Amino acid sequence: MSTNLSENKDLLVLGIESSCDETAASVIRGCRTVLSNVIYSQIDIHTVYGGVVPEIASRGHIEKINLVVKRALSEAGVGLKDLDAIAVTYGPGLVGALLVGVAHAKALGWAAGVPVVGVNHIEGHICANFITNPGLEPPFMCLVASGGHSHLVNVSGYGEYEIIARTRDDAAGEAFDKVARAIGLGYPGGPKIDKAAREGDPDAIAFPRAKVRENEYDFSFSGLKSAVLNYLNSCNMKGEKINTADVAASFQKAAVDTLVGHSMQAATDRGVTKFAIAGGVASNSSLRKAFEEECDKRGIEFLRPEPIYCTDNGAMIGVAGSYDYLLGYRSGLDLNAVPNLSIGERKGVFKV
Amino acid sequence: MKILALDSSGLVASCAVLEKKENGEEKILALCSTDFKKTHSQTLLPMIDHICEQTDSKAEDFDAVAVAAGPGSFTGLRIGSATAKAIAMAAGIPIIEVPTLLGLAYNFRCEKRLVCPMMDARRNQVYSALYGFEEGKTVIYKDQSALALDEMTEFINSLGNEVVFLGDGVDAYKDEIAGRVKVPYVLAPAHLNRQNAASVAVLASEMYEEGRTVNADDHSPEYLRVSQAEREGAKDFNLT
Repeated sequence: MSTNLSENKDLLVLGIESSCDETAASVIRGCRTVLSNVIYSQIDIHTVYGGVVPEIASRGHIEKINLVVKRALSEAGVGLKDLDAIAVTYGPGLVGALLVGVAHAKALGWAAGVPVVGVNHIEGHICANFITNPGLEPPFMCLVASGGHSHLVNVSGYGEYEIIARTRDDAAGEAFDKVARAIGLGYPGGPKIDKAAREGDPDAIAFPRAKVRENEYDFSFSGLKSAVLNYLNSCNMKGEKINTADVAASFQKAAVDTLVGHSMQAATDRGVTKFAIAGGVASNSSLRKAFEEECDKRGIEFLRPEPIYCTDNGAMIGVAGSYDYLLGYRSGLDLNAVPNLSIGERKGVFKV
Repeated sequence: MKILALDSSGLVASCAVLEKKENGEEKILALCSTDFKKTHSQTLLPMIDHICEQTDSKAEDFDAVAVAAGPGSFTGLRIGSATAKAIAMAAGIPIIEVPTLLGLAYNFRCEKRLVCPMMDARRNQVYSALYGFEEGKTVIYKDQSALALDEMTEFINSLGNEVVFLGDGVDAYKDEIAGRVKVPYVLAPAHLNRQNAASVAVLASEMYEEGRTVNADDHSPEYLRVSQAEREGAKDFNLT
């Protein structure tokens, strides 16, 4: 089969996603057209605990999975037996949460006689760019940054991913969450810091930009996080008033400088012409603006998904699954969740 | 009437196909169980596929999917529930939520002694219940719950009747049972002391006749326990 879009414009794929705290399903036509995109978010439930509680997330998934999948099908006006494939996230993510989607998708495919293909969650995030940018074709470079992941990936072709850089410690979104908690903004940290930072001075406090010796493109955010915590402690000891907006803005600037700086260095070194961002952190307004400016300076085309496709969703899984299906990838009835699945790893799929 | 029954509540993954003829005659057409190293995610659906192939059954041939709905391993329960919900959704049929411990006790459905199924619930507790099967009727002496072993053994001692123990909790607490149970008792042999989807299917068939089915969309396992975060969070956040 070919990944040529015009030859596969009627391909129908159901995407199912349950790797963290969103139960989501979507129907994709012709690899890129979103016919439905249903997301049940549990964020209000987890906010009480200051982060995602795996057992509560898993319980939420099993309660909502049928309703979410049924609604995705009915909004798309598609029956189960019309589907060419069912794509499901099998990693990385929370194992108990992943298992609900995996067990459901496999049984649905088995009962309806539809093939199932296991999809890598991060590859799904990258593929969200195909939805918003219909003309986008590989090769391109992509920064994926979210609460659990920070990777710089070279997409050399459909289904072909090469990791250029990764975080050595905290994910970017994790640092946002931790700093937001420390300055009393609460969970989830990303949007709250983004908002608070608009009122603050990004140059008020000089927080460090870490470099990793072994791989100049790799990220490290734990030093930045510690610097913020140390700053807060020292203010408290001295009895100085903390300007939350300035801390948020200065922290965000440091994080964005690191993400953009390393990304642009790699893109320039490799002669990249198209650069995309993906994942929850990609909806951060300051990050988007910085990438726009820096890509513009270098004559690199900058791409990003709409915010609704930056958060965890079934559409991105349906898109990644559509291409994986066309490339001949399938999963067996024994597909298992792989919580630490790497980008480009094909542990739960085989080629037909 | 045909039922597909699943049990992945404990260490065993088990599935069975039950057929009931119009004259009331019941038959287990196929049964498959595994208790080995692989996870339920890797074994349950391949076994379902196998028994359905052996019995020429397709998803839409079933009148209901029965699932051991708890208590049990949280993840194990959800693998069974997600599988059942998807098959029931695709086939447009209801789910029969079989209480795990009564399903397990049905291994001894014609037993005259009392039957005490017991699963290791960790944190010094067992999931247990006490049933009697008198003249074909089930008598619930103690409904399934998460409780300390002592609570169950004291209750058994207070009744004074002979008891059959079964389940993985018996393996975990064999010595404690020997020390605390003052009535005559026996431990189930290996072929009867674990979850078995054929027993789940027989109980499910009775429930189906009584109209005790649920919409697949609404089904969720009965965990009998809140999550650790809710337990500890309840203290922190004054939620209780």
